[in-house]
Amino acid sequence: MPLIAIEDVKKRYGDNEVLKGIRLSVDAGEVIAIIGKSGSGKSTLLRCINGLETIDEGSISVAGAYLGTSELELKTLRLKVGMIFQQFNLFPHLSVGRNVMISPMIVKGTSEAEARELAKKNLERVGLGMKFDAFPDQLSGGQQQRVAIARALSMQPQALLCDEITSALDPELVNEVLAVVRSLADDGMTLLMVTHEMRFAREVCDRVVFMHQGKVHEIGPPEELFANPKTPELQQFLGMTH
Amino acid sequence: MAYHFDFLAAFDYTDVLVKGVLTTVELIAVGGVVGIAVGIFGAWARTQGPRWLKPIVSGYVELIRNTPFLVQLFFIFFGLPSLGIQISEMQAAILTMVINLGAYSTEIIRAGVNAISRGQMEAALSLSMSRVQAFRHIILRPALQKIWPALSSQIVIVMLGSAVCSQIAVEELSFAANFIQGRNFRAFEAYLLATAIYLAMAILLRQLLRLIGDKFIFARRAT
Amino acid sequence: MISFSLWDIVRNLLLAGRWTVLLSLATFVLGSVVGMMILFARISKRRALQRAARLYIEVFQGTPLLMQLFLIFFGLALFGLEVPAWLAAGLALTLWSASFLAEIWRGCVDAIPRGQWEASSVLAMGHLQQMRHIILPQALRIAIPPTVGFGVQIIKGTAVTSIIGFVELSKAGTVITNATFMPFTVFAVVGLFYFALCWPLSKYSQFLERKFNAAHRH
Repeated sequence: MPLIAIEDVKKRYGDNEVLKGIRLSVDAGEVIAIIGKSGSGKSTLLRCINGLETIDEGSISVAGAYLGTSELELKTLRLKVGMIFQQFNLFPHLSVGRNVMISPMIVKGTSEAEARELAKKNLERVGLGMKFDAFPDQLSGGQQQRVAIARALSMQPQALLCDEITSALDPELVNEVLAVVRSLADDGMTLLMVTHEMRFAREVCDRVVFMHQGKVHEIGPPEELFANPKTPELQQFLGMTH
Repeated sequence: MAYHFDFLAAFDYTDVLVKGVLTTVELIAVGGVVGIAVGIFGAWARTQGPRWLKPIVSGYVELIRNTPFLVQLFFIFFGLPSLGIQISEMQAAILTMVINLGAYSTEIIRAGVNAISRGQMEAALSLSMSRVQAFRHIILRPALQKIWPALSSQIVIVMLGSAVCSQIAVEELSFAANFIQGRNFRAFEAYLLATAIYLAMAILLRQLLRLIGDKFIFARRAT
Repeated sequence: MISFSLWDIVRNLLLAGRWTVLLSLATFVLGSVVGMMILFARISKRRALQRAARLYIEVFQGTPLLMQLFLIFFGLALFGLEVPAWLAAGLALTLWSASFLAEIWRGCVDAIPRGQWEASSVLAMGHLQQMRHIILPQALRIAIPPTVGFGVQIIKGTAVTSIIGFVELSKAGTVITNATFMPFTVFAVVGLFYFALCWPLSKYSQFLERKFNAAHRH
């Protein structure tokens, strides 16, 4: 049974239909890259999966539970699926350690001591154990994004949604973040990544989804998709990004 | 005709003045704390509250901000008893100050909340926090940081506005001045002294609020 | 006991309301004149003038309007002058509003980029000319929304003048309450009248602010 099942999802903003019927299933442990031009609906799809955006038609289920609209249903969903943002969105008034600790403490009722241990572990895992007491504005973009990853991991999700997580980074900082993501993939984390990093997609992902104008236009393993794009839209897109 | 100023005459009534100052302090201390609490609730209601609550809070804010404090005070102190509600002058004064500051601080804090980027709320929600948890732990303090100077100014304004409470016989500082000049007929000196004390209190209050800001609002707490 | 109809109450309050409007308008005009003078002093190069203006603003913004009113009312009486309530009220409100208007306008002047000062000074304009032709016209445009907004504060400020006996809306409310023993109704109507005067002005000020922000982005 797939971990994430997306069936015929449609979404409209006013008159503009942004998602025109998406079907996608993601198995546990899979790493999926979602690529496409801006406006193709990639980020919107991701944000629908964890309920930041509502869907008008269709269904999304995660670990067997269908996505609802009540606060309780959304909260249960978000315990299973974490998200990393393009703009990091670290909490500026909290230290790095506190950023990672706060949600387990107030959502799961984890004790402060336990949360601290967990936070230290996750920060070590992303290579930032020594920055526990620093504040976000003292860190580089790459470091902030790695803290964001540690923060999402501290909720022990089954899958992570990554919304263009390296797009706001200076080029020399991109690799440190991708290295962390690669290690997560190696450890068996399920990942859905909207990304422009084609080389990373090729090397790490199990499948690549090419979206165009609100639909899944092509889908397949990276070796096939990048080597033999079947549709002219994908061919043009790949030509663009080389 | 030369008028002989006699400022020292007022000092025969030091005890009255001290009581006046203490009462003013009491008014702004209670009114300030509860008023800000009302403001935090109001800001939450206007940004994240249930749909039915929003027009009630907006209505309250618009009503208070567009009517004079004196009229609000008279309405509460003279109007409520005619509905059968018994209320002392001190209770009426504090209640009016809370309602008044509550409306202004709702708007001020709301501006602070609106200035927080959406990404903060989205990150909090993605970490499974409820909207209320996110507001309390993630949104509120940064919002207060943004608007603390404006909120501090408003508190000082309300403290100065409390002078009007003398009209319902609350024994604060301007009441003390009224009392003194009623006894020694030196109105100008009494009011000048009271005014100077108000100025000192305003300056001290601003300093105190800055300290509170530094200690609680802006402080970077080590983990 | 005589019973009073709602219309009796409303009619009398309306009549008193004229004075609220009149006092507010006079305050706004005179306060603007004095406020402009304080503004010039506040941004003047002469340190003494600047300090005097800052002191003026600090005092009038840091003390209750009620005290300022009493000081003027009783202070003028000391010089043997028979000061009618409306005169003391007008004078006190003028001086009070001048301090706030000066600060509001100073904020707007400060918002004008330094480049404007520099460009006009290299064109050999003196300080007053810079103010008159380059800085003030731009600053005044930004100043319109908050100045209109302060008009609301002036209208609310007139209520305090009832305490020295000036018969405007609040004083009439007190008098009518004493006659009718209907404080809830009377003060509710008084509140509604102030609301009717202030709220449109508040809304207009918000509208102007949005319009300015939209225009400014181009």
